[in-house]
Amino acid sequence: MDNFANLIDGFGHVLTPMNLLFALIGVTIGTAVGVLPGIGPAMTVALLLPVTYGLEPTQALIMFAGIFYGGMYGGSTTSILLNTPGESSSVVTAIEGNKMAKAGRAAQALATAAIGSFIAGTIGTLLLALLMPQVVKFAVSLGAPEYFAIMLLAFVGASAVLGSSRIRGFAALLIGLAIGVIGIDKVTGQQRMTFGVAQLADGIDVVVVAVGIFAVGEALWVAAHLRRKAAGVIPVGRPWMGRDDWGRSWKPWLRGTAFGFPFGALPAGGAEIPTFLSYMTERRLSKRPEEFGKGAIEGVAGPEAANNASAAGTLVPMLALGLPTNATAAIMLAALQGWGLEPGPLLMEKQPLLVWTLIASLFIGNTMLLLLNLPLAPAWAKLLQIPRPYLYAGILFFASMGAYAVNAQPFDLFLLLGLGLIGFALRRFGLPVLPLIIGVILGPLAELQGRRSLQLSGGELSGLVGGPVAWVCFAIIAAVLLWPLVARLRGRGGDDAGGPGSGTPAASPTAAEVTA
Amino acid sequence: MSQTTSDSPPDATRDGVTSTTGGDRAQYGLCAGLAVLGALLLADAARIGHATSSNDPVGPRPVPVILGILLLVTAALYAVDVFRGGVGSAEEGEDVDLSTGADWKTLGLLAGFFVLNAVLIEPLGWVISGTILFAGSAFALGNRHHVRGLLFGLALALSTFYAFAIGLDVNLPAGVLQGIL
Repeated sequence: MDNFANLIDGFGHVLTPMNLLFALIGVTIGTAVGVLPGIGPAMTVALLLPVTYGLEPTQALIMFAGIFYGGMYGGSTTSILLNTPGESSSVVTAIEGNKMAKAGRAAQALATAAIGSFIAGTIGTLLLALLMPQVVKFAVSLGAPEYFAIMLLAFVGASAVLGSSRIRGFAALLIGLAIGVIGIDKVTGQQRMTFGVAQLADGIDVVVVAVGIFAVGEALWVAAHLRRKAAGVIPVGRPWMGRDDWGRSWKPWLRGTAFGFPFGALPAGGAEIPTFLSYMTERRLSKRPEEFGKGAIEGVAGPEAANNASAAGTLVPMLALGLPTNATAAIMLAALQGWGLEPGPLLMEKQPLLVWTLIASLFIGNTMLLLLNLPLAPAWAKLLQIPRPYLYAGILFFASMGAYAVNAQPFDLFLLLGLGLIGFALRRFGLPVLPLIIGVILGPLAELQGRRSLQLSGGELSGLVGGPVAWVCFAIIAAVLLWPLVARLRGRGGDDAGGPGSGTPAASPTAAEVTA
Repeated sequence: MSQTTSDSPPDATRDGVTSTTGGDRAQYGLCAGLAVLGALLLADAARIGHATSSNDPVGPRPVPVILGILLLVTAALYAVDVFRGGVGSAEEGEDVDLSTGADWKTLGLLAGFFVLNAVLIEPLGWVISGTILFAGSAFALGNRHHVRGLLFGLALALSTFYAFAIGLDVNLPAGVLQGIL
């Protein structure tokens, strides 16, 4: 097996003291920001991006991957001990997890979450290592029209499938795409949307957009609504599980993994739907359904596994196609672009060592996380007591530093504030953040692929729909867009749910919480 | 399953801005913003010369034009949704308390300190401007231990300056402290 040889090669490279150190830094920061309210992995990676341009890409990526996985572990701690999930993917965990904690079973809830995350993360990473090369093999055969169609599918998926309101998702996407237009057109050299401002000619750096929307926007939003009385944290000892808990947990772990990975790997999957599906399944299959709603361990084990497996799944399209399906993956792609590496199927061909070292580091980071989280959970819980003024002042401090460091111009700081206010507005009006960030990052690439397709066809619009892959993508897009109309016709005519603001059957409040 | 958070009027009272009339009127402002953005894109696209070639039959104009039109359409549909009582649920979080209205005074102070940092960062340098930014933001957010806030800020600014600017070659200005740090 070629894959395994490569993977072992990757392990050989990750096992240097420096790389292990970066993995450790990554998982530690990741867990901390997962626990800390207001900060998520996407914001953290965005804040760290400018300072990592001086590092070797491999080491920075290892660190980012650690932050990505670590954020999932930390997020479950918060939702179990505080009942206010910081990330939309841990909304479901809070339902049963917090009930368990209140019933004095916080230790077991944390243990099943951590061990389940470890198992799901390991299986998920293994599937990633097996699957990704096949996807790459398929992807290198794709041409510009196919990529254009896949990117459109990602746009529609992020806007219409995730979150509660399509029209709000599309509004966020269009704002992102409009930001992506700013700057000099790469093909013709024409300035677009710069209005004569010299600093805008190179476009707005993705780092500034991400830091503005995630960090500044979140800090301003929380500042405007800061809870004056801190929420009560349930005290916890060292996590552990009894024999009975193991017996009740292992099947939900595996089922959760089976839900999570495929959804993560889809262009519009995400973690909300699989965690919700896992919860529903466990409730139906449980021998003790009466415990659900009062603290059933299955309701923590399944969704937490689904959450982590989906995180591993999102790395398949990210590494194989250059397609981000969640916010952290989107920022990691921006990082690759920043280092001058071209994300997509060629990445695997040109930088096989980087990719395999990254995958190997995921196994190691995941193991570190288990060791870091089981014994140290009480210490992590203490982070929840950090005074909020310092926490949010610190976010603004690091945001300003990062944004300035990109181009060393104060202009970017004003831009950052403007983008922060847009981020504030998104949160105020319940617009999801993910479509905007995907629009900024993929918009220019989609335009490039679209123009390339039309160039190949000599300007004939038919050039955009070449090949079966494109056909499938456009069919799915049409189905997603037309579904509310169909549903309305099939329903009782004047049903309000079919309107532009209709909700998709999403479990969680909004995708706006896709990690700040 | 078909739980529609956006179309449920009870959410409307959640934010202090909206009150008795149901519906969250401030959303019309966002629609207007989207429409303005769309108009800007169209106006800017009209300005661009028609630069197509055999290499690039599309040129720089169609994408902004399409986006501009889509933005106008979206703004209109969004307004219809708001008119019919659609409300986007404001984002919740660990430290977010949506039972009261937005605290504009804190926001104004934060924005002020943010701008102050942007103005001071080059003349005074990151260590000084960053310290003011941290202490000022903490003050705006309710910190009343002024000396402690300044000390934390200074410690953060100094350590980031040495770790990143000197250690990792990140662009952070030394300002008036050039030669001292």
